Amino acid sequence: MVEASVVVTSEVGLHARPASLFVQAANRFRSAIRVRNLTTGSESVDAKSILGVLTLGVLRGHEILIAADGTDEREAVQFLVELIEANFAEVEGA
Amino acid sequence: MPDVDLRGIPASEGIAIGPVHCLRPGKPEIPPRTAGAFEDESRRFDEARQAAGRELAELQSRLAERAGAEEAAIFDAHRLMLDDPMFTEQVRRRLQGGAPVEQAVAESAGEIADRLASMSADVFAARAADVRDIGNRLVRILLGRPEASLGVLREPSVIVAEDLTPSEAAGLDPRMTLGFCTAAGGLTSHTAILARMLGLPAVVGLGESLLTSVVDGDEVILDGGDGLVWVAPSASRLSEYRARQEARRRWEQAWRAAARGQGRTADGRRVEVAANVGDLASARQAAASGAEGIGLLRTEFLFLEASRPPSEDEQTEAYAEVFSAMAGRPIIIRTLDIGGDKPPSYVKFPRELNPFLGWRAIRVSLDQPDLFVTQVRAILRAAVGHDVRILLPMVSRQEEVVQARRLIGRAEADLAQDGLPHVEGLPVGIMIETPAAALLVDVLGKTSDFFSLGTNDLTQYTLAVDRGNARVAPLFQTLHPSVLRLVRSAIQAAHAGRKWIGMCGEMAGMRAAIPILVGLGLDELSMAPASIAEAKALIARLDGDQARRLADEALALATGAEISAKADEFLREIGWTS
Repeated sequence: MVEASVVVTSEVGLHARPASLFVQAANRFRSAIRVRNLTTGSESVDAKSILGVLTLGVLRGHEILIAADGTDEREAVQFLVELIEANFAEVEGA
Repeated sequence: MPDVDLRGIPASEGIAIGPVHCLRPGKPEIPPRTAGAFEDESRRFDEARQAAGRELAELQSRLAERAGAEEAAIFDAHRLMLDDPMFTEQVRRRLQGGAPVEQAVAESAGEIADRLASMSADVFAARAADVRDIGNRLVRILLGRPEASLGVLREPSVIVAEDLTPSEAAGLDPRMTLGFCTAAGGLTSHTAILARMLGLPAVVGLGESLLTSVVDGDEVILDGGDGLVWVAPSASRLSEYRARQEARRRWEQAWRAAARGQGRTADGRRVEVAANVGDLASARQAAASGAEGIGLLRTEFLFLEASRPPSEDEQTEAYAEVFSAMAGRPIIIRTLDIGGDKPPSYVKFPRELNPFLGWRAIRVSLDQPDLFVTQVRAILRAAVGHDVRILLPMVSRQEEVVQARRLIGRAEADLAQDGLPHVEGLPVGIMIETPAAALLVDVLGKTSDFFSLGTNDLTQYTLAVDRGNARVAPLFQTLHPSVLRLVRSAIQAAHAGRKWIGMCGEMAGMRAAIPILVGLGLDELSMAPASIAEAKALIARLDGDQARRLADEALALATGAEISAKADEFLREIGWTS
């Protein structure tokens, strides 16, 4: 298992477009991926579920923990962290 | 202030008088039942989700026909929720625990919705309604009940609801709907947008007391222009509003008659009235509303929702459909206007502190010529047999126009070499939406064929006010003297160079602004399709000299508030408003 934490800087937090980009990205990996909101101390949810990610209530400035378990766990965590660090500006070698 | 029963946010103009039909939150009663085998319950869950998917697809296509694809896209989110792993996992867990499927679905959707609704930020809470909507739909299907749509209304009614869910909105019968009152919601709520698209009056944000103040069958007066609702109104109030409703009906008839002809002042000066269009549905609406052409065709609809840039062929087909909907009328198509505030996923946008002063619109196009040239090639191919002009967004320097024209020339040469049917030498115009461009119209006219004023950005850049920022939004005044002076100077410079100049910003469709803009001598006003009929009728009422005097007087005033007051007073003087 690989995990990493990252602070969300997008204006709307993990909602609307950022939330769906995040979930779409998570769905590209085979590993099981869980995510939780460290700032609010939430339970962890399935990162491939848009409802799950929305229920985390991640606002701008919150820190989240992403944990992946599976054959592509390293790539998954790295990609999702980068996606958030880049403020959803860059997706897959565009 | 009138002694009104309820006061809310005026969301869509018009007057409705009639009985109330209340939409109570449609939570179906679930009769108790012993669960069958897990496999059977699980299979029924999968079947119900498939049936719900079909219903949603049907609702989506019905709403797309009436209100446009953008509005109907809400159902994409609903369909995703049907297969969401969090939801399906919760249901399966309850099924394994021996719950009957209806109960498992209702509890799971309820639990997720409650969690969303309990969040402090509104943006998350708003999704709770979507989850409940989905849960109720599945339970209803599992109970074998037909969709309790608003289609069952027996007499035309005023719809009262907490807030309309997208499926309720899509299911309603416009012939049986007089208007909407909702307890929740603001100007951009789903109900408000839908009401404006359907041309029905609406008052939103009336507060929870609305739901306890009326029962089915109560007569109400709904005044969508002022945001007022009277319950069981007095006879004198009723006759006052019946008279206003009748007067409005007469204007609307006059507007509709005016909408068929050309825009022209009472003394015969021509002012073209065109539509702003963002996709095929709005182009059809524009053609049906009497638009003399498209003054602004936004092309972002093809770019923002997709995960990759649309291909040249896809774009060619989409543009050709929109062009054909206008049946020979002129079309001004704007090249891609994207920026860091609305980035498509496939263009790398750097994080910017100031996206509106950053890398956007033509700046992106000139830096990423492949994206731009592909779009231009598609436009040139789709334009065969149509009257099309190209509009460049957010120009601030002459070099940008020169470079863009060079790229357009390259696209023409490439298409010729590829042997693809296309047109060459389309007129190329620029949007005047930066003060830099407004002050440079005489120079820019040497390399461009026409101009269109984009007043939303022009106002933002001139007044240095971000209208998305609530703290300063009241400072965003399109009728500010500085904005109008730039508009006047741009029109004068364009006409001195014998160039056509129109306006496609929100100002062009504002009732109070139209007489001033006609007085300033604009050649065209382009606006939302719903505003066209009234604009043509208003222009027909104006005398050219009178409008010029009004413009001179208005531009001599010191503040935006004074200009607004002057414009309103003029509308009253000519009997347009009371």
